[in-house]
Amino acid sequence: MSERSTFRLNGREVVYEGDPLARLLDVLREAQGLTGTKEGCGEGECGSCSVLLEGAVVCSCLVPVLQVDGREVLTIEGLASDGAHGALGEVLVREGGVQCGACTPGVVVTLRALLERDPAPSRAAVREALAGNLCRCTGYEGILRAVAALVGGEESA
Amino acid sequence: MREPYTMRGPPVPFLLASPMTPLPESDTPAPLGNATAPASGSVGARPTRPDGAGKVDGSAVYVDDLAVEGAWHGATLRSERPRARFTLDTSALTDREVVCLTAADVPGTNRIALIADDWPVLADGEARHVGEALALVAAPTRAEARAAVAELRVAYEDLPAEVDLDDALAGSARELAACAVEHGDVVSGLAQAAHVLEATYETAHQEHAYIEPQGMIAVPHDDGSVEVIGSLQCPYYVHHALVALLGCEAEGVRVRQAVTGGGFGGKEDYPDMIAAHAVLLAARAGRPVKVIYDRREDMLATTRRHPSRVRHKTGVDADGKLLAVEIEVLLDGGAYTTLSPVVLSRAVLHAAGPYACPNVRIRGRVLATNTATNGAFRGFGAPQSQFAAERQMDRVAREVGVDPLTIRERNAYRPGDVTPTGQVLGASTSAHACLAEAERRTGFRERWKALEGERAAARDDGRPRGGIGLSLCWHGVGFTGNGERRMDSPVAVRLAPGGRLVVLAASTDIGQGTQTVLAQIAAEAAGVPFEAVALAPADTAVVPDSGPTVASRTVMVVGGILARAAAELARRVREHAPGESFAAAADAWLAERGELEVVERYADDGTVFDEATYRGDAYAVHGWGADVVEVSVDPDTLVTRAERATLVCDVGKAIHPLLCAGQVEGGSLQAFGWGHLEAARLRDGRLEQDSFSTYTIPTSLDAPAMETVLLEHPGGSGPLGAKGVGEIPMDGGAPALLAAIENAVGISAARIPATPEVLFEARERGASDE
Repeated sequence: MSERSTFRLNGREVVYEGDPLARLLDVLREAQGLTGTKEGCGEGECGSCSVLLEGAVVCSCLVPVLQVDGREVLTIEGLASDGAHGALGEVLVREGGVQCGACTPGVVVTLRALLERDPAPSRAAVREALAGNLCRCTGYEGILRAVAALVGGEESA
Repeated sequence: MREPYTMRGPPVPFLLASPMTPLPESDTPAPLGNATAPASGSVGARPTRPDGAGKVDGSAVYVDDLAVEGAWHGATLRSERPRARFTLDTSALTDREVVCLTAADVPGTNRIALIADDWPVLADGEARHVGEALALVAAPTRAEARAAVAELRVAYEDLPAEVDLDDALAGSARELAACAVEHGDVVSGLAQAAHVLEATYETAHQEHAYIEPQGMIAVPHDDGSVEVIGSLQCPYYVHHALVALLGCEAEGVRVRQAVTGGGFGGKEDYPDMIAAHAVLLAARAGRPVKVIYDRREDMLATTRRHPSRVRHKTGVDADGKLLAVEIEVLLDGGAYTTLSPVVLSRAVLHAAGPYACPNVRIRGRVLATNTATNGAFRGFGAPQSQFAAERQMDRVAREVGVDPLTIRERNAYRPGDVTPTGQVLGASTSAHACLAEAERRTGFRERWKALEGERAAARDDGRPRGGIGLSLCWHGVGFTGNGERRMDSPVAVRLAPGGRLVVLAASTDIGQGTQTVLAQIAAEAAGVPFEAVALAPADTAVVPDSGPTVASRTVMVVGGILARAAAELARRVREHAPGESFAAAADAWLAERGELEVVERYADDGTVFDEATYRGDAYAVHGWGADVVEVSVDPDTLVTRAERATLVCDVGKAIHPLLCAGQVEGGSLQAFGWGHLEAARLRDGRLEQDSFSTYTIPTSLDAPAMETVLLEHPGGSGPLGAKGVGEIPMDGGAPALLAAIENAVGISAARIPATPEVLFEARERGASDE
């Protein structure tokens, strides 16, 4: 079965033709060559494949491509190319929120959505928002430090 | 027919440790050849990790992100049975556009070359664990490869399986390794004791759960050589295994590390296997083959932490001072030997904990079971044996009637004390400083006592109970015994135009920050800015074999050798053009004398260890740490929340304090997960928790607020006395957490993970004992 889906990806219109049940993750990585979105578990537990669908965080491994037809998808590549990325990316590196990096694109996607709705989240709110993004390296402490530094000025280990 | 293939885009964009930017003007010469004089200010600073930007914007290229044109995909048929003779029917794949390999297709002895060469590349007639590789398929797409595997038929004839330590002890009790330490006279020591306590402690399997699953790409070249690129910790382990497998010259194999999404030991041994599979498929297909595991396959097939059972018999005087300890360490090795002998060795050498005792006997064995082979995992046996040692120390404290801090203060090692192997501990022995700092930060002693009182007085009102627990740990840095001497570990530094240095070492950055800290060490030793140093890629065609990235050895051992090489190179350059800036002197050297590369190697540090008798200096130096963990426990459901952790760690010298803290924070959370969340149960030899839905690693909501305190008691041969920090955070977290649970609800679980079920069982058993 082959069907056509048209959606906006990082601000440009793309047409996908193929299996309508293909995972959005595979369409992004293979058809679109956007490999910043990672597969960590393939079942919506780890959040490494997080993207924004109409501004909401979704696991792209759980979304069949037919569901994005006519809608707007933002991946890490799209987010990283806009003006809001620099400060967040920099503070994540500076405060130890990045180690192996496999969870990092998903973490960035989640944090961007959080900061969009709450520009000055508390630590508890950041923990809550990140609960769907597994990180095995940092103990989350560096990520929490980074957001605190971003929204409240300097913070150091 | 063989189709041409090309690597799409630029070659794998390995990150250099510094972008080639203009150097700052303030390039003042450092004291000549003196690696210990602070020169550039790099060490102790927090330069930005050079791989960070590519990781936050998604441009870092991991193995599965690498597009290799014309590559096929590999998939693996795996055993469904823990032990069975089997026959394969591959006829369904005849005349299909696939290749299929079985044991008969593996050249040579069909073994992965590691310690004992008993690990088959593909099982030959008998499968020894669920998930063992029986056959390989490669096809043009991943989906076709998996579909082809599903069409293979296996006929099993089940054989009696031993899937855990109980089975093994009751059955064949086949030893994969054994060792023992004997010190003093345990029998007379126990005879003099006022109290003698016996207990047995158990720990379960643990998954590494790196976020990037394992994977490897093999690319055959026209000249008959093969190149592999993958997610790995130890390029030369893979190289060694492939050269042995293929029976070729060293030049016939090239191994390159892609950006690697976490390892924790899990990418130390198993990448040899995936590389072997990929290389054999690529050779048969005559084209590149990509083998990428998904999470389920990774959890089913790759290594895990050895489950343990450790029995203690401890004799103390009336004050709780240790007189004798007798310890039996039993590890479940899984189906094949792999690294079990060295894991056992480290478990045994750490088993008595960081405590002075005149009479010690430790015996260790690894038994084979019909489960996936257990392997390297952060801490390498020491977390298992120290979990037992720390819980036993708390038991001793209760028996004697003192608090957990006091019992440790009475027994913890001091400089000059002698370990069970006869090693005299050096001046950097900081156990007491770690305890004092933990107490100063948390007020542990009074709070522990207060909570003991609250528990005794608590009414049955269902409210969460608070608890606080303490642990003290040590961790030997670098390879055990004479391992470093055997490794030799050449490290090179090469001069580049403009006074830049290129570091050539096989150490890999798997997230911990190797690229950054090695550049800092070289910069400091040479007296040049951090930005002037670049790291060569971890590529066996480029860097020498400076050993694996394991055993907390990278900073102390490789870094120590690197510091000497960088200092010597800088000395030669500065002597060549005295009075000139380093950059000018470097350019003068390159123009007048040509290339300059300095290679240094392991230098004898005077340690002596007898591997036959287990006497002598087991480790060049030790790191030390004290953890205080605060929990709340629901008295009805027994669900434990880790609320707060104070983590005191003596790292000798913090090369990059932020990266050190990252190791402490991440390692400690991994320890807490092992301690109470990461349930791993076997059913018929198959791990029930085989996905991230069922195997629960800590989320941001499970992680306590962490305060990390880095102490600097320099020791050993590392740069400025740096002692390594990768593994020690794994040692103390679980026992401190269990101690806090005991303080909160009075349940002393002897088994981890201490899930509510385990705590419930321990409470029932405790009640029936009374």
